[in-house]
Amino acid sequence: MTNIPETGRTQRVTIRLVVIQILVVSLLLTLGGRLWYLQIRNGDEYEKEAAGNHVQQVVQPAVRGSILDARGVPIADNETRLVVSASRTELMKQDDDGRAVLERLAKVLDMDPTTVRNKVRLCDSRTEQPCWNGSPYQPIPVTDDAKPRQALQIRERSEEFPGITAKPMAVRRYTAPYGAGASQALGYLSPVTDKEIEKAKDTDSPFLPSDEIGRSGLEREYDSELRGSSGVTRYEVDNLGRVMGRAESDKAEPGSNLVTSIDSRVQAVTEKSLAQAMKDARKEYDKNTRRNYKADAGAAVVMENRTGRVVAMASNPTYDPNAWVGGISGKEYARLTGKKSNYPLLNRAIQGQSAPGSVFKVIPTAAAVKAGYPFDGRYDCASSYEVGGQVFKNYESKGYGSINLGRALEVSCDTVFYDLAYQQWKKDGGNKPKKDTKDWFYKTAHQFGLGKKTGVDLPNEVTGRVPDRAWKKEYWEANKDAWCEQGKNAKTYAEKIAKENCATGMKMRAGDSINYSIGQGDTLVTPVQMATIYAGLANGGTLYDPTLGKAIVSPDGERVKKIAPKAHGKLPIDGKTIKQMDKALQGVATRGTAAWRFGNAGWPQDKIKMRAKTGTAEVAGKQTTSYFTTYTDDFTVVMTISQGGTGSGASGPAVRKIYDAIYGVGKDGDIDKKKALLPRPESGLPKIDKDGAIEARKDTAFAKALKKGDGAKQQQKEGAAEAPAQAARREQRGTGVGD
Amino acid sequence: MSTRSYPLTGYGPRRRSAWSRLTARDSVVWRLDWLILLSALALSVIGSILVYSATRNRTELNQGDPYYFLLRHVIFLLVGFALMGVTIWLGHRRLRGAVPVMYGLSVFLAVLVLTPLGATINGSRAWLNLGGGFTIQPAEFIKITVILGMAMMLAAKVDAGDRAYPDHRTVLNALGMAALPIAVILLMPDLGSVMVLVIIVLGVLLASGASNRWVLGLILAGTGGAILVWALGVLDEYQINRFAAFANPALDPSGVGYNTNQARIAIGSGGLTGKGLFEGTQTTGQFVPEQQTDFVFSVAGEELGFVGGGLIILLLGVLIWRACRIARESSELYGTVVAAGIVSWFAFQAFENIGMALGIMPVAGLPLPFVSYGGTSMFAVWIAVGLLQSIRTQKPIAAP
Repeated sequence: MTNIPETGRTQRVTIRLVVIQILVVSLLLTLGGRLWYLQIRNGDEYEKEAAGNHVQQVVQPAVRGSILDARGVPIADNETRLVVSASRTELMKQDDDGRAVLERLAKVLDMDPTTVRNKVRLCDSRTEQPCWNGSPYQPIPVTDDAKPRQALQIRERSEEFPGITAKPMAVRRYTAPYGAGASQALGYLSPVTDKEIEKAKDTDSPFLPSDEIGRSGLEREYDSELRGSSGVTRYEVDNLGRVMGRAESDKAEPGSNLVTSIDSRVQAVTEKSLAQAMKDARKEYDKNTRRNYKADAGAAVVMENRTGRVVAMASNPTYDPNAWVGGISGKEYARLTGKKSNYPLLNRAIQGQSAPGSVFKVIPTAAAVKAGYPFDGRYDCASSYEVGGQVFKNYESKGYGSINLGRALEVSCDTVFYDLAYQQWKKDGGNKPKKDTKDWFYKTAHQFGLGKKTGVDLPNEVTGRVPDRAWKKEYWEANKDAWCEQGKNAKTYAEKIAKENCATGMKMRAGDSINYSIGQGDTLVTPVQMATIYAGLANGGTLYDPTLGKAIVSPDGERVKKIAPKAHGKLPIDGKTIKQMDKALQGVATRGTAAWRFGNAGWPQDKIKMRAKTGTAEVAGKQTTSYFTTYTDDFTVVMTISQGGTGSGASGPAVRKIYDAIYGVGKDGDIDKKKALLPRPESGLPKIDKDGAIEARKDTAFAKALKKGDGAKQQQKEGAAEAPAQAARREQRGTGVGD
Repeated sequence: MSTRSYPLTGYGPRRRSAWSRLTARDSVVWRLDWLILLSALALSVIGSILVYSATRNRTELNQGDPYYFLLRHVIFLLVGFALMGVTIWLGHRRLRGAVPVMYGLSVFLAVLVLTPLGATINGSRAWLNLGGGFTIQPAEFIKITVILGMAMMLAAKVDAGDRAYPDHRTVLNALGMAALPIAVILLMPDLGSVMVLVIIVLGVLLASGASNRWVLGLILAGTGGAILVWALGVLDEYQINRFAAFANPALDPSGVGYNTNQARIAIGSGGLTGKGLFEGTQTTGQFVPEQQTDFVFSVAGEELGFVGGGLIILLLGVLIWRACRIARESSELYGTVVAAGIVSWFAFQAFENIGMALGIMPVAGLPLPFVSYGGTSMFAVWIAVGLLQSIRTQKPIAAP
């Protein structure tokens, strides 16, 4: 053997080879570890990213269900319009990114080329409207009112318009039959936001980027029923957006139709009368503020007594909901949400809060009975009432002597209720309240459903307010710091009030209870709450949830889901008391503050028993609120006009007009049954045909009369204008605390 | 060459039939490293499938024929396999004599790339156009000739028994020999190949037993050179961008970071068992560029999952592990150094290629050995396998 090592390697080389081997192994282990980290640990995350990478959705929107009135007449439906859309993916494939095509398109559509280009660009945070904020794979609508000639041109010369389609599509339309918009009750639609899409992602009814959803009113309340489900085709696309195959597709399901209890004819009369009443009120001079009434807002509700169904719901100022269709312009939106137009989007029937004034008095009357005062007892109706040096005057400083509660309600005697409320306040401990205060007047208000929602099937209803001890305390907690700061050196009147509030604002004071007893002070109610209460008096004591929706009818007409009346409470008084109060309210219509609108104005009281209560509420720094609540056996009508004057003065003629139309009452009290729009509540549903179409009973006679009446009414109004104006002035004399 | 230096010399006086020579207990076939051969074959088969999956619907590349790339890949594979056989038959020892010629030829081809004959792909002028749609990448051959050339120079005196380790002069000469083609490739610029060559030089130096000072010096010089290249702006904008994107692909997902990001999504979405062959949405959707070559691993990751990706890494591991053993067991330093050079080459190139698909290495255009589409690369790695087999099957040189 030789001394040359057999392997030709030395120790050093061997060690180094081992080092290399270790290095290699560690490199490969690094790769394995990283592979595990990407695929096993974070695999789900990347899977999602990969899925988002290659699947794109194209949406076929579902046809939204119609909203119909009680006679099947559509108040919100869809019309077919010629929609011209551009496909971005197609345009981007062209050498000039579709510029030439869009230019040609603008020419055919008589549109500005820049506008067309802007409409197809994608929105980002810096892009101004118009721009497209939906999926870039969705055809982007360029216009939704193309003329047939234009659509034809585009279709015939399709090779000149690659990526452009002209198709008839369903677009929302608010028909306003007989001119009845019912705008606030109907609500409106607008496109979904990214947040909403994200939120509804895992629910039963997820949104698609092209979806429009109800933003308010019935459109929002019944959105899930009306919307249906969009058809979606999911395409697999490659890195250039080229479609590689159709993955899956769901067919579009049209939405259900909603039959409401609204009678468009009554709605039309209600809206018109309310608008007219406000217009007339603006001609009236307000002695207190030394200028004409502003009558800046108003609301009216017509409700079925025995079901709570809403026959008409009006809010003024109003607007045309068609403004939302096809995207609202920035200018229009600013106008609709601005102070200058006094927020026409608000549904003041359910969102307008004000002190009710004397229409509230049914509550203290009931409270007095609950507290143990006999209804037919004798109560002193003095011309004024003094507590602790403060004088509370009766309306018009008039006294009626010793009267029962019914008469007090009838003549709206404030002092009777002052005394009752003061006595109860003292019984509950006065300024040092007992531990278990009875608070009959407040408890009763809660039992009547005030201070909480009525449960109307409309979104964003407000609760109003019962200014009871709990509320006072809460309110004081929230404001005491500001009051105490302002009242530090009490010099001005406001500062003195602040100082007093700071010290005792948490307490129920005698004055609070007295003011409250006639619906003044911090009490707030909504028209729909008052309608619920008076309908409750009419039906024997049940407080129904006001409902507009009557039935949901599936698009094929096979499934009809009726919306049954639902009660949320009972009036806390027995049938006898209700009857007594009912009688008193009849007295109001025949002898009392509303007599000049009904009993003395040719109302056929012997045939249709009318009950009424008027209210004129004071608002600090503003003109008085007119409140008028009325009911017959079948219907309740409530109307209020902010800064409109007295209850019967401002709202009276309008309410009378509504009843005249419902029952067909003529000028001299004769009833023309043919003209009567709704002598009985509509209990049934419109006829549904086999193919799912809902028959619309359009009242052509009414429509004709309406057209003729616009001319005739003008004359009639001028002739009759004198009497009510005078009477109104009479009523306003010596404005006390309430009428 | 005379028959005297033929490795079979001394196997008895009787000439045996070709068949019995192949099947005899002591034949080349029996002594082949089957693990290496099978690993390389398995990788090549997997690679063929992945290349097919990545290209079957790339109509803009495959000229409408879904089998265009697969067919060529298989042809390359067969040619590569044949080249391995030739290499084994010739033997690394006999090739030693031809190294200067091979070296000269490969450098000449590399220089040709810089002339108008060269083709530019992805910003690198690294290909020679042969016409008929065929190109060759001389850098791949240079990897082999540098390994062989340096091994020859460094091991000459040691194997002759003159010295225990290569002396400084030899090392310097060997480095000079390697520096010339590296400089040419740097001009292309084919940064990935330069990186691989530097690692090869390092591995070869280590295995040759050259003084520690050389090894450390080379590492320092490499680092210093890299800094210098960066500072002097020798690199093009796109190359710097590639580095930046590797560090943070989210910075510019539609630009530089796009490749790495899409590759990462593809691999990550594969999960444990993958989406199934030909079912990868990232692959079919062509979201990952260069998917049949540089990013072929992303196809495996997406369609075959952790199991498939892990298998590729495992097969590469087995192959390289066996190659390390061959380096350790070679009877002469020349074989050891050649094997070590191949180990450095495969290990680094695999790590760089898979690492960039996984987002832990900067993007540099390098094929994954045996798996990626590419003729020259395929030929080169199979020749390397041939060299490994030759070293393994060699008989110790009989004592003089």
